[in-house]
Amino acid sequence: MAAGGDWETVVGLEVHVQLRTAQKLFSVAPVRFGQPPNVDIDAVDVGLPGALPVLNDEAVTLALRLGVALGCTVRATSRFARKHYFYPDSPKGYQITQADEPLLSDGHVVIDGADGPRAIPLVRAHLEEDAGKSVHDELGTRLDWNRAGTPLLEVVTQPALRGPDEAMRFFRALRSLAMAVAACDGNLQEGSMRADANVSVRRRGAPLGTRVELKNINSPRFLHDAVAHEARRQIALLSAGGTVTQETRLWDPDRGESRVMRTKEDAPDYRYLGDPDLPLLVIDEARLDDVKATLPELPAARRARYEALGIATGAAATLVDEPATTAFFEAALSAAGGAAASATRAKAVANWVVNEVLGLPEGLARVPPSALGRLVALVDEGAVAGRGAKDVLRALHDTDDADTGAVVDVDALVDARGLRLQQGGDVEARARAVVREVLDKSPAQVAQVKSGKDKIKGFLVGQSLKALGQGADPKQVQQLVDEELAKR
Amino acid sequence: MFRVRDQLRALIDGSKTSQALVDACLARIARDDRGDDGIGAFLDVDDAGARAIAAASDARRATGQTRGPLDGVVVAVKDNLCQRGRPTTAGSRVLAGWRAPYDATCVARLRAAGAVVVGKTNLDEFGMGSSTERSAFFVAKNPWDRARTPGGSSGGAAAAVAAGFGGAGLGTDTGGSVRQPAAFCGVVGVKPTYGRVSRHGVVAFASSLDQVGVVADDVFGAALLLSAVAGVDPHDATTSTRPLPSLLGDDVGGAGVRGLRVGVPRGLWAEGGVEDVILRALDESCARLAADGAVIVDVALPHAAHAVATYYVLATAEASSNLSRYEGIRYGPRRGPPEGGGAELGALYEATRALFGAEVRRRILLGTFVLSAGFYDAYVAQAQRVRRRIALDFHDAFGAADVLLLPTTPTLPFRLGDKTSDPLAMYLGDLFTLPASLAGLPAASVPVGTTTAGGPTTLPLGLQLVGRPFDEPTLFRALRALAVDVTLPGDVT
Repeated sequence: MAAGGDWETVVGLEVHVQLRTAQKLFSVAPVRFGQPPNVDIDAVDVGLPGALPVLNDEAVTLALRLGVALGCTVRATSRFARKHYFYPDSPKGYQITQADEPLLSDGHVVIDGADGPRAIPLVRAHLEEDAGKSVHDELGTRLDWNRAGTPLLEVVTQPALRGPDEAMRFFRALRSLAMAVAACDGNLQEGSMRADANVSVRRRGAPLGTRVELKNINSPRFLHDAVAHEARRQIALLSAGGTVTQETRLWDPDRGESRVMRTKEDAPDYRYLGDPDLPLLVIDEARLDDVKATLPELPAARRARYEALGIATGAAATLVDEPATTAFFEAALSAAGGAAASATRAKAVANWVVNEVLGLPEGLARVPPSALGRLVALVDEGAVAGRGAKDVLRALHDTDDADTGAVVDVDALVDARGLRLQQGGDVEARARAVVREVLDKSPAQVAQVKSGKDKIKGFLVGQSLKALGQGADPKQVQQLVDEELAKR
Repeated sequence: MFRVRDQLRALIDGSKTSQALVDACLARIARDDRGDDGIGAFLDVDDAGARAIAAASDARRATGQTRGPLDGVVVAVKDNLCQRGRPTTAGSRVLAGWRAPYDATCVARLRAAGAVVVGKTNLDEFGMGSSTERSAFFVAKNPWDRARTPGGSSGGAAAAVAAGFGGAGLGTDTGGSVRQPAAFCGVVGVKPTYGRVSRHGVVAFASSLDQVGVVADDVFGAALLLSAVAGVDPHDATTSTRPLPSLLGDDVGGAGVRGLRVGVPRGLWAEGGVEDVILRALDESCARLAADGAVIVDVALPHAAHAVATYYVLATAEASSNLSRYEGIRYGPRRGPPEGGGAELGALYEATRALFGAEVRRRILLGTFVLSAGFYDAYVAQAQRVRRRIALDFHDAFGAADVLLLPTTPTLPFRLGDKTSDPLAMYLGDLFTLPASLAGLPAASVPVGTTTAGGPTTLPLGLQLVGRPFDEPTLFRALRALAVDVTLPGDVT
């Protein structure tokens, strides 16, 4: 544990998940990133006199999808409230959120803990609108309300996370889930998920310590660093005989430090008031059933299924992390003949996706998954050598076939490059002859292998492959080298 | 000439064009509304716009393409209703100079029906007041006696109808703001069921109570206007999908109020405080309705006595929230440093919000207080409980009665300045209109006669009817029987 010693770090998170709706939570203005300032606004978003909020039903559906995936209890009747504070980027002087009766409560997120999977219990998840943005520069303060009214689902955990690693894993697992159910685009650069972390430290077994809130952290890595830094800060304070002050701090990922935003004394009184402009939000059973029926397989279940297909735990986790990866893998596996094609088919496709495709720049976007699937099938069937297949993969990556949607004939590519392995009795006989010739020419190396220097065997295989040229099957050649060595 | 029915007749028989009506109306406004002695009903008059709309209406009529009964009829709208391109101040300096970029739904529907909006009428700032003395710009006067108030907050709307500046208009009623000025000005004022008319484009005061209402010279005009503006609106989630049935009555000259049970909650004024002339008018009206075949029954509203306290907790709480948006950054006058930030931001807020008048500031402070941590349960939560009790009282009363009859106001129109230094006295004057507001029920005030009991001048007498939720047709049936035609000041000048 980063905090070290017998200190324990306790973290509770509030993660704002931006729901990927076309329009805002209470207006028909579009939700888009990167627009010029104050383009995506209407009367509701800037709080013009007389403008009234009308709930975007799509946001409710997305919240329900994520809520069901999180195992939350869905309130049949929930309500909206106004949270009051004065700040220029809050156009109405209040934020519309849910207070006493949120749409979702309880539920959990399963993370990989140090001792296996651990369910992190949630307190609640509620709908609320985002604020606008204040830009402070040499010209003064300028305001952009494009973001005002963007729908958020605020997911609140119990103080159940132990340390920076678990906080980071929670953020990742929540993101994976939110993306899997298409509730959130998961785009961290654009701020689609932002966490506030409540951090405290205590001696193991002691009651909870005073917590400090870290605001507005937009990636799992920053969250990890912010929590680790805060825990160290608190432990240093306490170890020196000091006390922790309850306060809100802002994490600066560039400087790797935090600074005080406000202390408990100047914590605002939000004067919550049920929003009289919005009727009760009623969710009936039929709607909930509909949401459940349309949910995709969730990452945890999918991962278990992949592992059952022989895919390694780490690879399976990577494949289910983002829907784009999952979809790519599924398409490639299907093109490779499916998991039933051979005992090793699913594992082979998984390894190629995780180790090769994800390693290429924009690999998922540039490589047509069906082409990869066919390629892996050829490798798995012994028709193409792994090394040759990597060359084909590079070629697939370098063309624009994925963009144009052109169907790639992988078999033709393989043949054009002379990569198809020659198989059958004649081939083996020719290869064996070449291997014998190589061994004959290399008595010193043969002697070294015989004396136990196994590494030298690679030289003999390499020489044989070189002599055989493209189209040779390295596995076959390796086996022949072994057989011929054994005879000497 | 400016009664709705006269305008309709003239337009239909071709004796007057809409443009002629507009010109006559504008001339009358120029003569009677302006200056220190003027009525002060209008904050803004749109001469050019009204003439253009009237010309378009006349062109339609010439080709037989009218849009219905209101096409070409001159009306006015309260200045807390957004009208695209026109100043919309809500009677407040904090919105001085702001032009609404969109039409309130009720204004859009009125215009779609062909009505000619001649101007925006005066009001107490943000609708907070009962005399239009709290307008940030100037006081409106009662056309019956210019030393007296026309009531409020829709005082300008009611005064405009009484003074003959147009036969009808739109107002808003949060705690009686349409009914009370209607009673004081001898006209008809109807607040429909909460959710009947969209609040989209209504500058909010207390959102759970605000409702667009109509003011007209008679029940017929009120029915036409309400029918034009009512109905579900995708821009207001609190509007009802229930269609509004015809308010003109299938029983015109027919069934009348025969068999209608009229409940009178006399307990509400048993402890006094209501002027005799009003109680006499009530008794006479009961006798008249009974003679027409109605059954007068006693009903009780045991919690309605708490309506004033309940209302002033809930309405101020919502007002403090709704008025948070006026900080001078996005619209309205900028009263702070141009590049506010840090300490300067506080100065900007302070300077902008100092533009609110004394009554608005009082209510923001009250509302902020009752919503504060530690006070919410004692004030807001308790008031919400009482509000539900009051609604239940009405529900019970409507078991025995079809409509309820009660005074609109405890007094005749009071003299300007009489109550401005005593806000509590002003608040208590709302006792009879607040219960229906808290219960969200349709309610209306109609003239039942005139009196000289208040002094040398003749003043109008109004009484109030309250109906079941969404039962405006029965309410109007009773209104037609209760209303007495009075000669308005605008009829004789």
